[in-house]
Amino acid sequence: MNVGLFIPCYVNQFYPQVAIATLQLLEKFNCKVGYPLQQTCCGQPMANSGYEKLSQGCNELFTENFAGFDYIVCPSGSCTLHIKDHLHSHKDEKTAASIRGKVYELSEFLVDILKVEEVNAVFPYRVGVHQSCHGQRGLHTSQMSELVAAPFSKINQLLNKVQQIELVQLNRVDECCGFGGTFCVAEEAVSARMGQDRVADHEKNNVQVITGGDMSCLMHLEGILRRKKSNVVVKHIAEILNAG
Amino acid sequence: MFIVIRLNHSPLTIHHRPLPIHIIMTHNATHPQLATAFNKDEARVGWHDETLWWVRQKRDKAAWALPEWEQLRDTASAIKQNVLSNLHDYLVQFEQQALANGVKVHWAADAKEHNEIVHSILQQHNVTQIVKSKSMLTEECGLNEYLANNKVEVIDTDLGERIVQLANEHPSHIVLPCIHWKKEEIGELFHQHLNTPEGNADPKLLTAAAREHLREKFLTRKIAITGVNFAVAETGEFVVCTNEGNADMGAHLADVHIACMGIEKIIPKREHLGVLLRLLARSATGQPVTTYSSHFQQPNAGQEMHIVLVDNGRSVQLGREDFRNSLKCIRCGACFNTCPVYRRSGGHSYHTAIAGPIGSILAPNLDMKKYADLPFASTLCGSCSNVCPVKIDIHNQLYKWRQVLTEEGHSPKSKTVAMKVMATALAKPGLFKAGGKMMRWVLKYMPWLVNNKMNAWYKQREMPAPPEQSFTEWYKKNRT
Amino acid sequence: MSSKEKILAAVRASQPALQPLPDVNDIAAVQFENNVAQFTAVLNSIGGLVVNATHTDAIKEYVKNNFAEGINGITTVAKLNDFPLLSTETEAHLLANIDVAILPAKMGVAENGAVWLTEAEYGIRALPFICQHLIVMLQQHTIVQNMHEAYKKINKEQYGFGVFIAGPSKTADIEQSLVLGAHGPESMTVFILP
Repeated sequence: MNVGLFIPCYVNQFYPQVAIATLQLLEKFNCKVGYPLQQTCCGQPMANSGYEKLSQGCNELFTENFAGFDYIVCPSGSCTLHIKDHLHSHKDEKTAASIRGKVYELSEFLVDILKVEEVNAVFPYRVGVHQSCHGQRGLHTSQMSELVAAPFSKINQLLNKVQQIELVQLNRVDECCGFGGTFCVAEEAVSARMGQDRVADHEKNNVQVITGGDMSCLMHLEGILRRKKSNVVVKHIAEILNAG
Repeated sequence: MFIVIRLNHSPLTIHHRPLPIHIIMTHNATHPQLATAFNKDEARVGWHDETLWWVRQKRDKAAWALPEWEQLRDTASAIKQNVLSNLHDYLVQFEQQALANGVKVHWAADAKEHNEIVHSILQQHNVTQIVKSKSMLTEECGLNEYLANNKVEVIDTDLGERIVQLANEHPSHIVLPCIHWKKEEIGELFHQHLNTPEGNADPKLLTAAAREHLREKFLTRKIAITGVNFAVAETGEFVVCTNEGNADMGAHLADVHIACMGIEKIIPKREHLGVLLRLLARSATGQPVTTYSSHFQQPNAGQEMHIVLVDNGRSVQLGREDFRNSLKCIRCGACFNTCPVYRRSGGHSYHTAIAGPIGSILAPNLDMKKYADLPFASTLCGSCSNVCPVKIDIHNQLYKWRQVLTEEGHSPKSKTVAMKVMATALAKPGLFKAGGKMMRWVLKYMPWLVNNKMNAWYKQREMPAPPEQSFTEWYKKNRT
Repeated sequence: MSSKEKILAAVRASQPALQPLPDVNDIAAVQFENNVAQFTAVLNSIGGLVVNATHTDAIKEYVKNNFAEGINGITTVAKLNDFPLLSTETEAHLLANIDVAILPAKMGVAENGAVWLTEAEYGIRALPFICQHLIVMLQQHTIVQNMHEAYKKINKEQYGFGVFIAGPSKTADIEQSLVLGAHGPESMTVFILP
């Protein structure tokens, strides 16, 4: 199958290893992966700031870039959700609509489309999962603690296939990290406090590695971890699934 | 409490507690400024967060005790959707029934008219001292201030509301009005006002003191105001829910009972109370039901009963397709308790009567300019929508308000300029790549650095370490 | 135009196309095997106390054992000879020094431990709120599963005033510490009678 690799702008610039791991992982599962070199950004930074109208240029570009694929896969729930909910094209709405229907966050693509049974990965660490809100509550990659419904988690389902990994139960299983795009600077005090509290939960439970499906949240947590010179590190789920 | 405020957008410095709302309103401080002030006391923020998280957990426990919980939410939502789509007829029906029950019905187009109506009833009875149980509508309308200016003494009888009233503050939470107060501070406040022993912060003793203080008011006041949780079109009755029994103490002991309600409080039939009462207390505090769910259908013998139906912007909100279903709200406060931002910024940082996520989608309807900051006081995490017993899509509405506020020109010019630069860069791959050295590009365009001094991130967080090459560069070398 | 006309016109202009009203009978509410046990467990957990009794004599015994001698107890239940019968003409403010009020409930609700009282049955509106301690007589067979059943039973009844009461008056406004007896009764005891 022909998969278009959609890499968030900040991952491209700051976390190339996450994009590489995603690419290698998809290739391991026999996907033919194409990476449109002209891609930039999903437009969410403008839209969440109240400037959805300004994201039209991004939308047109995105639609052009990803027109020809069977699926579009992205290692970020937030960027995926934005495309799913808000991608529209004045030039080619038909293609935009089709893209909205076939864009997937990495873990849901692995579980729902590829129906991955085995991952040949080894990761001998105590790992805490940060449930990123847009993946979880937006794309329903896992059950939400607010709802009275049977639990499930696509991320945990995949991580449980990794050898020697120890998944750690947190005190608050799905609280927001406080990144929130421009929120992290516009509401600096609350944002930082939210991140600090998330980190404290992982540390209290002796987590060695914090993982998740969204590098933006992990970047936020990493910024806090590094400031306090913590030994805890962050790894995107793609890096763990591609490890060993 | 000692308050120092420096203007010109410098951070507010406060001691002790969040600012009283009247100070906030005078000085036009924004949510980020007030939240920054609140976060100066780290231990207090932790305590505030944990206290409310505990309430959220109680709510979860109560919800999980009912396998039909999600069905109840769906049903409640559908009932309220029906109400909004047929509100005109339900209002007419409710008035007819209430009149037939011997109740006097008043209509108030806005807050001012509401306050005037209430005041005129007091004047007719030559009353200058009244008791009032919790009503967020009267908070919204500024009734206490209005009556105080007209030399009427209002005693709030809900314990939490009385506490904030004695401190000359406003509630910071619609269900837990003084959730931001520590018991030691309440002990001090009561020592000053109710002569409790100095240094005693025992909740039992303090509550007993308040009971004695307020009982005297209940027994001597001739007019009582209450809020309304639900008003039934079919029967003309209205239901008031409390745990303390203060609404009943006030209403049954007074000669005149005035019930103030927003027009959206109407429900079609009595049977719908079954659905909504099952959800209300469980969502609010995790209780299976409030201690008292009082159904007022006719005036007490020898008593006068008034209902004031208030619009105050609701009919406008009803016309806003994207935002109308915010009017489904039953004021349970669950979205406050679950909101990670509310828990860490305190109710007063929202500088409006109804704080929290729901307040942030209601307030811009009343005044876009004044409340333009509130829809941005959220990470759009979506937890609020999930706990909402009537399934208001709160986080989607926050997103949509951001778009509306920007289009209506309530966004800072500098932000617009920055966004335009970013949009242009991101729409053109050539520019994206020609942005120069990676770090320069990033610092120029990355979303979390836009419209702000870059040190807002750096203040409490390290910047990501720049790698040697971007993924695109790696890909070109390795895959093409 | 009056405010009423103005508001109604604005509402009519703003309201969306009619949405269907759901059928509350479709709710698949949890069913309790034993209504009495459920009612008892819930009410006890929210600060109330349930006493199973075979006869109203138990109330007299209970009051004797649990309250000081000479307490001011009254009832509005004519057949309870052990306590003074309160005239429904009594001025409500005079009830402030009532220690114990014994009142009849028309129904109990298993899911939340609430009892349903109407003014017509118990006499004076203020009474269950103003007394220091509340005792409620509840017939076992009147306990329903949940609030849906409760409203079915209430149906179209005209009651002037009716109230669900679930436990003593309470507050947690001071640091979420639960205190009983905020304004109304400090205790609520429900006698379940055959």
